[in-house]
Amino acid sequence: MTDPRPLSFHVPAPAVRPGGIPDFSDVPIARAGEVRRPEVDTAPEDIRDLAYTIIRVLDRQSEAVGPWAGLLGDDELIAGLRHMMTLRAFDARMQMAQRQGKTSFYMQHTGEEAVSCAFRTALEPGDMNFPTYRQAGLLIAGGYPMLDMMCQIYSNELDPLKGRQLPVMYSSREHGFFSISGNLATQYIQAVGWAMASAMRRDTRIAAGWIGDGSTAESDFHAALVFASTYKAPVVLNIVNNQWAISTFQGIARGGSGTFAARGLGFGIPALRVDGNDYLAVHAVAKWAVERARRNLGPTLVEYVTYRVGAHSTSDDPSAYRPKTESDAWPLGDPVLRLKNHLIRRGVWSEERHKQGEAEIMASVIAVQKEAESHGTLHSGPHPSARDMFEGVYEETPPHLRRQRQQGGI
Amino acid sequence: MSRRTMVEAIRDALDISMQRDERVVVFGEDVGYFGGVFRCTQGLQQKFGASRCFDTPISELGIVGAAVGMAAYGLRPCVEIQFADYMYPAYDQIVSEAARLRYRSNGQFTAPLVVRMPTGGGIFGGQTHSQSPEALFTHVAGLKTVVPSNPHDAKGLLIAAIEDNDPVIFLEPKRLYNGPFDGHHDRPVTPWAKHPQGEVPDGHYTVPLGKAAIRRAGSAVTVLAYGTMVYVAEAAATETDIDAEIVDLRTLLPYDLETIAASVEKTGRCVVVHEATMTSGFGAELSALVQENCFYHLEAPVVRVTGWDTPYPHAQEWDYFPGPARVGRALKAAMEA
Ligand SMILES: Cc1ncc(C[n+]2csc(CCOP(=O)(O)OP(=O)(O)O)c2C)c(N)n1
Ligand SMILES: [Mg+2]
Repeated sequence: MTDPRPLSFHVPAPAVRPGGIPDFSDVPIARAGEVRRPEVDTAPEDIRDLAYTIIRVLDRQSEAVGPWAGLLGDDELIAGLRHMMTLRAFDARMQMAQRQGKTSFYMQHTGEEAVSCAFRTALEPGDMNFPTYRQAGLLIAGGYPMLDMMCQIYSNELDPLKGRQLPVMYSSREHGFFSISGNLATQYIQAVGWAMASAMRRDTRIAAGWIGDGSTAESDFHAALVFASTYKAPVVLNIVNNQWAISTFQGIARGGSGTFAARGLGFGIPALRVDGNDYLAVHAVAKWAVERARRNLGPTLVEYVTYRVGAHSTSDDPSAYRPKTESDAWPLGDPVLRLKNHLIRRGVWSEERHKQGEAEIMASVIAVQKEAESHGTLHSGPHPSARDMFEGVYEETPPHLRRQRQQGGI
Repeated sequence: MSRRTMVEAIRDALDISMQRDERVVVFGEDVGYFGGVFRCTQGLQQKFGASRCFDTPISELGIVGAAVGMAAYGLRPCVEIQFADYMYPAYDQIVSEAARLRYRSNGQFTAPLVVRMPTGGGIFGGQTHSQSPEALFTHVAGLKTVVPSNPHDAKGLLIAAIEDNDPVIFLEPKRLYNGPFDGHHDRPVTPWAKHPQGEVPDGHYTVPLGKAAIRRAGSAVTVLAYGTMVYVAEAAATETDIDAEIVDLRTLLPYDLETIAASVEKTGRCVVVHEATMTSGFGAELSALVQENCFYHLEAPVVRVTGWDTPYPHAQEWDYFPGPARVGRALKAAMEA
């Protein structure tokens, strides 16, 4: 036997860091329309290839092509565009409000608007999302009042969560939006549990779990996959791969696996990878996965390939860890622009209508913001009471807590 | 000697430890290239390479579990949990593994590791960036738990923790990273550069684990505190003009019973202060210790001032936080009893 050679320790690193020139040319991206659309009851082992490609509908000429195209009509697409534009305008105003000190914290969706907006319209009333903090499109496309969102962000007197939660950690049972936890990944397995319950009770509702690329590293993700696989839970398990987890590039969570979607294969869960910046593709894949769940065919894992254009949150500055030009170099483009161009191509939209729409949307967001602010912002005006802090810990406030409240003179 | 922030002092402790002992490795979420969300590990990857300081997947269980394996191999991992609020996925590894490895293997395997985590509130961080879970560690046999209150101690205690042969939980009060916050949130905080405790010796030194410090000598009442509450208690004593003696515990476990008892025996009164919720908090332990050891010297019941027994709220942060007014009232209550 020869002397063993010393081992070496491997730590993945992104291709470029600040100062470098971003180059995504080696990222394999399927042509729009190229990837097949199997029947929803196809055996998972026959569609393993779908975990390694990218399902896309909109081509370079802004045409909708291939087997995943043709699901949405003009009006639905225009509505989708408006949802995304609304989310973008909302982000802009709330980001600014945080900078003005009207709230403590905010998280933007820039570049990822299609994912939550297009997914939402594939669901039925009663279905339940277990979202992360970057899926406010589920609320906007789901008809949740923007005033409530803003009042939550401002922790003001109308805050539906009584000032208890960090901004953007919304909750609306009525809108199929489970209370967001700030602890990553915990809710992925809860989505599976909810779906299992629906099946146990012979209900017809399904669940959707949401997780970021980075958070797939948590054990909760793996627990979710094994439970979903074992019990064939009626759940759509979404992974939003926006390439970054704060400063950490996706390769740290992905490791040696080709894609995040491929994580599903070992569990026998059909796994699809989709262009997350393509509203039509997102919606088509969501529909496919939702139908599988609804027909009791079990879970589907979907990876949305997208890019986090903005900072992680208002506490983050990405120029410290990635080139400023990286988002411009991102090959899948901007979801708003791509849908806009498609609608123009269809002949149902124009530059002029777009500008007008943008102005209208911004004006209405600003109007709601004015109203929200008339009910207070984090540090000024009417706000939830200190008493609210003591309520809702238990169904009935136990004596020790009542005593503490009295001690505090509250 | 030079003036440093607590972040710089911690970075310095890591740097020196890594330089002196190549078994010391540092890792966690966003810890490598970026240098940590609070910048405590900034520059370490550049200096020591990615095998000594690196980014991990977002898996607290993975971070601590891997650290246990490395420590058992013979390394000295000092890992970061981004916020103490995110330690729960790692709790099993901390409690069932790191804490008991020495005991269950009769010393064949040990886990000399440090788990650093920012703790405490005061930054409008809501439920998930504000918790003070120290009692969840002091309740576990086999762990040591440290909470520094200033840059000088942070550096010396962290080096001592890394050199310790048992697992150490190192809780860094995030509200103290930049200055001695005293609970007056409406006033600017004095930066550490202008505070005597911001004076940090260069090079290697340790502050021994298990030793408290008297931050303010006094004869009327003893305040047992740690972390941010040391400065809140100082402010309260000044504002009420009560001659309080403030004991900064520095290490919660093993606790410095000698210093605690000597002070309470001298003053005959005791107020215990912490940010964490009251019930089954570390204050309950302190209060029991005082009662057991100083009963015949006590002239008044021990008073606790803590966060309320609710989850940490967002908007009501300053109603929740036990600030100088509440601590001041407790001091008066202890004096009047
Ligand atoms: C259990 C837990 N660990 C760490 C954090 C801190 N943290 C908040 S967001 C984040 C990055 C998440 O990245 P990813 O899952 O990719 O989602 P994205 O923010 O990109 O949408 C981290 C580490 C947390 N909130 N919870
Ligand atoms: Mg991400």
